[in-house]
Parts: sequence; structure tokens; C-alpha cells
Amino acid sequence: MDNLSSENDTLIRYRDDEPVDHAAVTVDSFLDQSSASAVRVEPGDDARELLPHLERLSLVEVNFPAFGDGRGYSSAQILREAGYQGELRAVGDVLVDQVAYMRRCGFDAFDPDAPLNEADLETALSRWPEVYQGAADKRTPIWSKRHA
Amino acid sequence: MYLYDQYDQAMVDARVAEFRDQAQRRLEGKLTEDQFKPLRLMNGLYLQLHAYMLRVAIPYGTLNSRQMHALADIAEKYDRGYGHFTTRQNIQYNWIKLEDAGDILADLAEVEMHAIQTSGNCIRNISSDHFAGAAADELVDPRPYAELLRQWSSFHPEFSYLPRKFKIAVIASDTDRAAMRLHDIGIQIVKNDAGELGAAFYVGGGMGRTPMIAPCIKEFVPLDRLVTYAEACLRVYNRHGRRDNKYKARIKILVHEMGAEEYTRQVDAEFDHMLSQGIEPPFAELERIRTFFEDPLFEEGASAEIDRSDPDFALWVDRNTHAHKADGYVSAVISLKPVGGIPGDATSEQMRLMADLAKDYSFDELRVMHTQNIVLPHVRVADLHALWTALEEAGLGSSNLDTIEDIIACPGLDYCSLANARSIPVAQKISERFAANGKTEALGKLKLKISGCINACGHHHAGHIGILGVDKKGVENYQLLLGGSEAEDVSLAKITGPGFDEAGIVDAVETAADVYLREREDGERFLDTYRRIGMAPFKEALYG
Repeated sequence: MDNLSSENDTLIRYRDDEPVDHAAVTVDSFLDQSSASAVRVEPGDDARELLPHLERLSLVEVNFPAFGDGRGYSSAQILREAGYQGELRAVGDVLVDQVAYMRRCGFDAFDPDAPLNEADLETALSRWPEVYQGAADKRTPIWSKRHA
Repeated sequence: MYLYDQYDQAMVDARVAEFRDQAQRRLEGKLTEDQFKPLRLMNGLYLQLHAYMLRVAIPYGTLNSRQMHALADIAEKYDRGYGHFTTRQNIQYNWIKLEDAGDILADLAEVEMHAIQTSGNCIRNISSDHFAGAAADELVDPRPYAELLRQWSSFHPEFSYLPRKFKIAVIASDTDRAAMRLHDIGIQIVKNDAGELGAAFYVGGGMGRTPMIAPCIKEFVPLDRLVTYAEACLRVYNRHGRRDNKYKARIKILVHEMGAEEYTRQVDAEFDHMLSQGIEPPFAELERIRTFFEDPLFEEGASAEIDRSDPDFALWVDRNTHAHKADGYVSAVISLKPVGGIPGDATSEQMRLMADLAKDYSFDELRVMHTQNIVLPHVRVADLHALWTALEEAGLGSSNLDTIEDIIACPGLDYCSLANARSIPVAQKISERFAANGKTEALGKLKLKISGCINACGHHHAGHIGILGVDKKGVENYQLLLGGSEAEDVSLAKITGPGFDEAGIVDAVETAADVYLREREDGERFLDTYRRIGMAPFKEALYG
């Protein structure tokens, strides 16, 4: 884990590459301008509009204005299913009790409005010994282990 | 029945640890109540009017005697010695302390039970036909498919913050005993012309304040695509279901506003895409699950003869047993609707007795019906008299299945913080009235369902007679509805007219019943007569 305290106190990344150094633009502006490599997906945006442009994207921020709005989980899945390899960052009302599922859906960075307690985060991310479903994190589902 | 392996057990144990940790952080103030609420809800913990309520999942309503004993113990240890069986085939305890909840979940985990996703905006406990694996009229046992979907939907990372709750029912008979088309997704296991099994998907049904009957969006999904198709249905809903208004957030509104055709088109496109994602368990997994639901060893040539010399016993047999696929066996229903009682309530003593009887007479298996009764699914006809005698002695021998006394009622204003009116006293008064006036027998099959508010937990839209409690300027008022059905002849009930007070609604039900008795033709149920003659004669009698 890489805490970039100099730039951002709350950013948590599970990647080795350097973070993008410019701000993310909206989906509409991204589709209008070819130079941006970072985009922010709002809950009502259609993540599939980004699919033709995945190669020039290094950062997709998925915004959670309220933690109970689960559309961002599907946006993340859709991007990973389409082969997006860049950073997928959950931003906004991101709470420690949601991060395990977010990791499963392909998020590899978090920039929460309120900082996450490091010990609670560790606990949350090591909570599930197994998983029942296939998802973007490619963990081996229980059904696969049963029939290995 | 299904038994956990080390994986299932590990997941349930992890959940207990997670909840203990969350409750601790709540107590330490690290979580606000707003943040904690969805977490406790996804563990079945509601805050009611007087106390916390804990809803325990009974997947597709099936449990064994050891589990029923554990439920009885929990009622005694942590509650007031009773529990309430619900319309989703679950059980809930109404007087729980938050600080006990972790221990209760741990007790449940010891008998392969849990409260996972019994509330919250996620995929809820999956319900099924209470006569599954026993009914003479079923195609196959629907429960293996329900279990496959249970595992898929448990801790689903993408679908745990849906716009609203999500309920799935699975049946495998043309006779619908699970209100399948009043679910967010109703699945019927069917056979195609080639003789292969598959699943028909009905999507977008529901009760609540905007009742809708689910249209069939796919007539045949092959069994080795079941999970993938369900995933596609959920993704379209998660992305496009309304989140601006809680009362318009169920999938029924999406399907209605988008149109079933467009919804289906989007699901099919998502499904085509997902086929390449490898999310479907191998067929071997379905076969593994099926082995848990194989028939018990029924006795060959068991006698089907019944000594009907005791009329009370004969009546119970006629009313409370259901045709079984094995000769010499029936499914026997234990009514939790004693006259004047609280529908669906059972004491710890009664739970233990039912558990022991299941062990002695029903291959150690029990079922919870969505109509809030208990089934012993596989009883030898030769054992019926002994079973009935034991039930009678414990006050569990009511012969009133599917009669006007077999009322579904939500907890209502006696417990529920959402309710506008009490349901339980109305149910009690109606069953007392009809037991006293002797009309129960003459009325025959008549489904009466009571909800204490428009959220419709008591399924009033689907009652042959429905009652809806409302608040009228601070006074409880009850609307009467007629003509609903949750079965294969599904329909939504219509309001008769102005509401009644508590005494008035009991009279009104009797008035409606009398219209039926006067107007009915040979063999007609109340519902059939209503459908033939329409609302007018009832209105005339009620308000004329």
C-alpha cells in the first residue's frame, strides 16, 4: 500500500505505478477532448461510453456521492470486464465497510472524503476467506474450488 | 436438505466476526447510525417501535429439527420465549438487544443458519414452494436452484447496494404456492419441447404501494446459464433502477417505466456480454447441490388408508394435508393460526414439539410456509393420527388451512415503526367471529390477508379478501379489498370503497362473505364468485 501523504492524505493505492498528475475530467469533457487521461464517472454516467477509449485512460475515478448508491460497483465491473488495466479509484463517500466489495469489483485505489482507519481497513480487506462469485478481482470462487 | 461444507461454514463464521466488529465500532462511535444502519440491516437487525427485531433466514423455508431447536433456544435465551414466522419463510424475534445480536448470530452459525441479507437493499432470502420435493404436482424439486442462487447472491460485491430490496422466488410446479409473480424475480423451472429443464424468468412483480404482476421476460433459460441470466437482470436494475425516490426504486417500476420489452433487450445484451465472463458455476456444482435434495427413503407400499371414525381428525386430514408424490405419504400442515391467536407466532415449547415430531414422522425436515404455517413434508399416512393427537395436545391441531381463519397478517402497529394501524387484533377478531358463527366450513377456500400499512407485508393485494390498515386523522381505519390472488391465477385485489373502523371491518368481512354464500354457484370459491359477479353486489351489500 502506498500512502501519498505529500499530495493527498486520504489517497490509498494498491498499485505500483505513479499516479496520474492531473485532475480527472467529466465523462462528457473526456469524450470531447482527446488529451485527457483521467476521467471521473458519476453514478448516472454510462461507463460503457468509455470503452472505445480505454487505451488512453490511466485513471478512472468513480464517484460515490452517497455510500448507499451502488451504481459505481457496476461501473467498475464493466470497465474491468472490458479489459481496463489502469487505475480505478473509488472517491467520495467511501467507507471502510464497503471497501472489500469495491476491491472485488476491481477498484485498486480509494480516495475517501473521510480518512479510513488503517487497522479497520486491514481487517476489512482480510475479512473474507473465500468468495461465492466470480468478479473483477479474479479470486477463485468457492464453486471452482469444489470442483478443482 | 442442504448441508454446509467447510466453505459455507467459513463464510458464515466470517460474517459473524464482521458483524461483531461493526457493532463494536458503532458502540465506539466510529460508525454513525446512518452508516451502521445498512450494515445491521444486511444482518437482519431492524429497529422497531419498542426494541430491535432480528430476522433469521430460513433459505427456501427448509430446516431440520436441530435448527428448529436452536430457534426455540434463541427465543428463550434472548427474547420472550416465542418467535414469529414470516411471509418470506423466515422467523423474526421482536424483543432483541443490540448487544446480544452478535452472540445470536454465532449461535445460529453453529447450526448452519444466519441472518445474512434478510433486510437491506440487497438480494434477500430466496423463497420457494413449501411442498418442494414432496408435492405430487411438481416437475422437479426447485430447491437446488434456489440454493445455487442463494450462494451466488450471498455477499455479492456488485449487488449489495441496490436501489431497493430484491426478492427472488423459485418454483417448479404449475401450481404456484410461492406468489412467484409477485416477486422482483420469479423463476419457474420448466421443461422445453426437447425435454430439457430450464428456467422461465418473470421480472418486475411486487406488492408494496404499487402492486404489479411480473411479466415473463424469458420463457427458457438453460440451467447452465441460470446464474449468468440472473446477474444480467440484476446489473440492468442496479444501473438503471430509480434512486431518486425510495417508493419508486423497486425493479417493478423500472420494468414498468422502461417497458418489459426494452428491459428484456438490455438484459439480453448484458447476458450475451456476460457469457464470456465465466461467472456461471459448472454444472457439476448444480449436481453436487442436487444430491442434498434427493428423496428420503420412502417406505414402499405404505398404506394410504385412513380411519376417519373420529370426525375432528378426519376434518384435519381433509384440510391440513397435501398430496405427496410417494404413495402412502402426505405433507401435513401445522396451523399457526389458532382461533384468536397471533398468526405465525410459535412459542419455544411449540417449536421444540414441532422439531421432535419432524424427527419422528417427517425424515427430520420442516418447512415454513409463506402463509405463516409449518409443514412436515413427508408424513406416512399411517402416522397421521399419532401426529395429529400430539399436535392437538399442544394446541397446534387447528384444522383451518386455506380457510378464512388461516389469515396472513403483518406485525402491524403492535411492533412495526412503519405501520399505520394494528393488524394482529383484526386477525384475532375475524378468526374468532368466523369460528363462533360457524361459517368457516361453508366458506371453504378463502384467503384473507391483512397489512397494517401500504407497504403490504401482509400481502393484502393478493388476498381473496384483503384488508389494509390506514391512518385517518389519527384513527386506525381499515380498507376492504376483494379479488386478489397470489397463485397461478394471480390478480390484484380492488378496494371496495370507504374504509371501516376496527369493529366495522370485521362486520364488513362477514357481509362480503355472506354475499358469496348467497351468490355462489356449484364448486365456486369466493374468488371465483367475485370474478363472475364483479364488485357491484358486494358494494351494494356493504354500502347500499
